[in-house]
Amino acid sequence: MIGFTHYLLLGTILFGIGIFGVLSKRNAVAVLMSMELMLNAVNINFVAISKYATGEVVGQMFALFVIVVAAAEVAVGLALILAIFRQKKSVNLNDFNLLKW
Amino acid sequence: MSLTDVVFVATALVTILAALAVVSSRNIIHSALFLVLSFLGVAAIYFQLNAGFIGLVQILVYAGAISILLIFAIMLVLDRDTKESNMPDPKGTVIGAIIAGLITALLACSIMASNWSSAAGKLTEDAIGSIAVLLMGDYVIAFEVAAVLLLVAIVGAIILAKGAGDKK
Repeated sequence: MIGFTHYLLLGTILFGIGIFGVLSKRNAVAVLMSMELMLNAVNINFVAISKYATGEVVGQMFALFVIVVAAAEVAVGLALILAIFRQKKSVNLNDFNLLKW
Repeated sequence: MSLTDVVFVATALVTILAALAVVSSRNIIHSALFLVLSFLGVAAIYFQLNAGFIGLVQILVYAGAISILLIFAIMLVLDRDTKESNMPDPKGTVIGAIIAGLITALLACSIMASNWSSAAGKLTEDAIGSIAVLLMGDYVIAFEVAAVLLLVAIVGAIILAKGAGDKK
């Protein structure tokens, strides 16, 4: 019988895959994609809690806000990557050491 | 196992396998396309959770807009052959596998050990109406701030992508 914990476990697994992607990838766009996976995992938790734990729609509304923030984050992140690519001619995160000394 | 259980297992498997393909593929175009499949799987999960509106927004915003944005950006910043455009970092893979495995195991153990208070069945079918009332009622300030956030993000993205101080 599929219940609350199964949805939470699905969210956990997706979150773990996202963490692995963020830490193992060197392409900046791939890191952004992994972050989207993590945001999706959190959204699954919000919607599952809204159905099973609270019984109210507040969780769904928070998922909506998370989607808004994710869209803004992707737009700004990709613009940043484009701007850095114009200077460095690379999208490898190891080359992005402007703030290191 | 009832039909809903079978549907959940199938969609969850598709979502997780697509997510694994996103992080394991060496071609970033393939990663982006698997990401779309993963987004659609998550949308199917929302539909099973009686969250039809969130599922539709997920398809529109994630599978529609964000993935197109990602693919355009990939196209613009491609600096080598696509076959090796998304190579894993050897050191990062080991560290990432350890940290991701530990966090997943910790969260899974605490989820299994917890006693969840259940309120199943209380959620109304008319979720979209309740969301609208909340957005225009208790959470109207957050709603307006989200609108301003989107505007600022779009203006910032345009300025960054155009290149500040670039007069041409």
